[in-house]
Amino acid sequence: MIGAILQTSFRSLRRDRGAFVMSFILPIGFFTIFGFVFGSMRGSSTPRVHVLVVDEDHSAVSRSLVRGLLREPSLDAATHPKATKENPAPADYTDATAEAAVRSGDAPAALIIPAGFGAHPISFGPRSGSGSSSGRPTFRILHDSADPVAAQVVAGMLQKTVMMSLPATMATAGSQYFDQQVGGLTPQQRKQMDAGLAYLRRLQDRGGTDSQNSQGGGASNSAANFSGFVAVDIQDVVGKSKRNPMIAYYAAGVGVMFLLFTASAAGGSLLDESDSGALDRVLSARVTMTTLLAGKMTYSALLAFAQLTLMFLWAWLVFHLDFFSHIPGFLVMTAVTSFAVAAFGMLLASLARTRGQLAAFSTLIILTMSALGGSMFPKFLMPPAMIRVGYFTFNSWAISGYTKVFWRDEPIRSLGPEVGVLVASGVVLFVLARWFARKWEYV
Amino acid sequence: MLMNADSANPAPPHVESLPLVVESVVKRFGAVTAVAGISFEIAAGGCFGLLGPNGAGKSTLIRSIVGRVRLDLGSIRIFGEPVGSTAARADLGWVPQELAVYPLLTCRENLYAFGRYQGLSGKALDDAIAWCLEWAALADRAKSPAKTLSGGMKRRLNMAAGLIHRPRLVLLDEPTVGVDPQSRNRIFEMVEALRTGGTTIIYTTHYMEEAERLCDSIAIIDHGQIIAQGTKEALVARAFGSRISVTMHFGATRVDLEAWAAARGGTAQGGTGQNGTSQGGTGQGGVVLCSVEKPAEIADLLDAASRDGLEILDVTMQRPNLESVFLALTGKDLRS
Repeated sequence: MIGAILQTSFRSLRRDRGAFVMSFILPIGFFTIFGFVFGSMRGSSTPRVHVLVVDEDHSAVSRSLVRGLLREPSLDAATHPKATKENPAPADYTDATAEAAVRSGDAPAALIIPAGFGAHPISFGPRSGSGSSSGRPTFRILHDSADPVAAQVVAGMLQKTVMMSLPATMATAGSQYFDQQVGGLTPQQRKQMDAGLAYLRRLQDRGGTDSQNSQGGGASNSAANFSGFVAVDIQDVVGKSKRNPMIAYYAAGVGVMFLLFTASAAGGSLLDESDSGALDRVLSARVTMTTLLAGKMTYSALLAFAQLTLMFLWAWLVFHLDFFSHIPGFLVMTAVTSFAVAAFGMLLASLARTRGQLAAFSTLIILTMSALGGSMFPKFLMPPAMIRVGYFTFNSWAISGYTKVFWRDEPIRSLGPEVGVLVASGVVLFVLARWFARKWEYV
Repeated sequence: MLMNADSANPAPPHVESLPLVVESVVKRFGAVTAVAGISFEIAAGGCFGLLGPNGAGKSTLIRSIVGRVRLDLGSIRIFGEPVGSTAARADLGWVPQELAVYPLLTCRENLYAFGRYQGLSGKALDDAIAWCLEWAALADRAKSPAKTLSGGMKRRLNMAAGLIHRPRLVLLDEPTVGVDPQSRNRIFEMVEALRTGGTTIIYTTHYMEEAERLCDSIAIIDHGQIIAQGTKEALVARAFGSRISVTMHFGATRVDLEAWAAARGGTAQGGTGQNGTSQGGTGQGGVVLCSVEKPAEIADLLDAASRDGLEILDVTMQRPNLESVFLALTGKDLRS
């Protein structure tokens, strides 16, 4: 008896493509995405952190440090923007341009090497000469607190790089400190010390020790609370006044993911009406397929708009998101996001032949888009290649736009790329949906 | 939305007054020809029955009439206008076989939606909804969601939704499928009321008695062609003349029933003997089908059977009806 039940169940599963996909293809597909996201980090606990480096010291020591930072495998350091056709030789970042870049989201952090660092490379020891008011120049890390990892990584890697790329400078400064505290070395000790320092200088001039072969040799991750070899001051340049840096991000991310499901389900009403015969009846009246699709899409977009509004109002109510100060930007982003996901839902419905197919493929596509687009985990946890792939998803563009509005307090005109991509995508998807919907028009 | 190049041409004057003119319509699906050159016209004011077994091409023809099929050849005009045109859509009301209503909407909301799809609004729409609810005897269920209605009520709502714009030509596709006798009778009354009001009706059904009761003229379709067309009486007379069919069941006999029947212009077929087999002249029973001009001639058949020693188990006489015609023309083999 149980054998007959098993046989019937397996035969039914085999012939229900939707259920088959949901059972086998979806988990594998999803696992693959997570594997790419987290498996490509090659043993590192976090992906490379993009950091802008500003050298205000311009000394040999600071240049050695910059070289060390550029070689540091945990960092994706840059001293200037990438060259373009319009600007083949871009100028180095300054304090101001680096801060602007962090504010606009080009990088999560910028490291400012202070003037006087070459003269006073360590934050302990003898205090003399020019420099900061304390006599010890302080590094500054300007960071976007939406990425809570970046500043900590940069601070830690800075301590490590200082030790790895400036061995001679560190040893010299240390010997001076020792001299001052202990009362000097004997001539013999001095001679041996100088010989050792000469070796370290040669090593430092060649670029320091090879940090790539010395994993784990850096400073503590809690460098912000440890003065370390160099003094570091971490400054929030974005979101200083924000209560919760990730609320807008996830309101958009989670909102868009469920919007996609809602749009898919709304588009699925076409399949229901096709099955019931109502679609035939409607199309035999004075309603054209284009009108019908446009009507369905408008409904779906309005539903999506209401969902996103509710999501952000909830974020305001529970998580104190500053909603009412960002109404214009919210309206723009919500309108274009709703339009794009509604068109996406229409396309999925017009491609599917049955509700089962629609459910299976929309689940697969939406979860994939959401994983790649940043709805499930923050983009700063993703490798750069995955972030680039994410640009092919609605989630990524919507999150980017909402982040500009709610996090960076950017003006509406800055939403141009997001609005352009989402509107263009919506138009293209609607045209495709109309093309595939021909199957319902005539036989 | 034009179905073919021919339909773009203006209709001849006599066609403009005809509710429906189907000319040489051909529709193929790959190697299968579903409609193979059908032509017919419907006069205003009557009820035209469209009959055919499953797979005969009837559904394709219906969908062609409502503009849901791209024809390979031929044209269809509704009151002189090509199907698919705005004027043709306004003049045609379609009640599909499926319950093509929104289950979560109430009766009134369904009628409102389909009224809007037909371009109605304001008072015209309100009046149309009121008329439909009254006509379909659903006024007291106007606020009930469609999914909560009984099967008969759903059928009536389905019909009302097709007539919300008060079309001059109505296509009713098997409107009584799955309803009880009371609801069926109510639907007959609704159809008769429409016909009385001057609406031209195309009625498809698999129930021959419905076609006999409601239809003035009938076309029988098979293999994508109209194989017979006319009034019920004309179809019967053409198929059977005025003869009466007689079916005689005989008990076990050694008489050759096939020869016996052939001698009297009949056939021995499908008869079941006492042991469940059929054949004549093998010591088993059988069935003989004959026809007579007058009832009195049955006595001659009975006398002959007695003379030949046949044991008569049962004799039935039947005047041919539409079902006889249908089965005679389309055969008794099962269709898809």
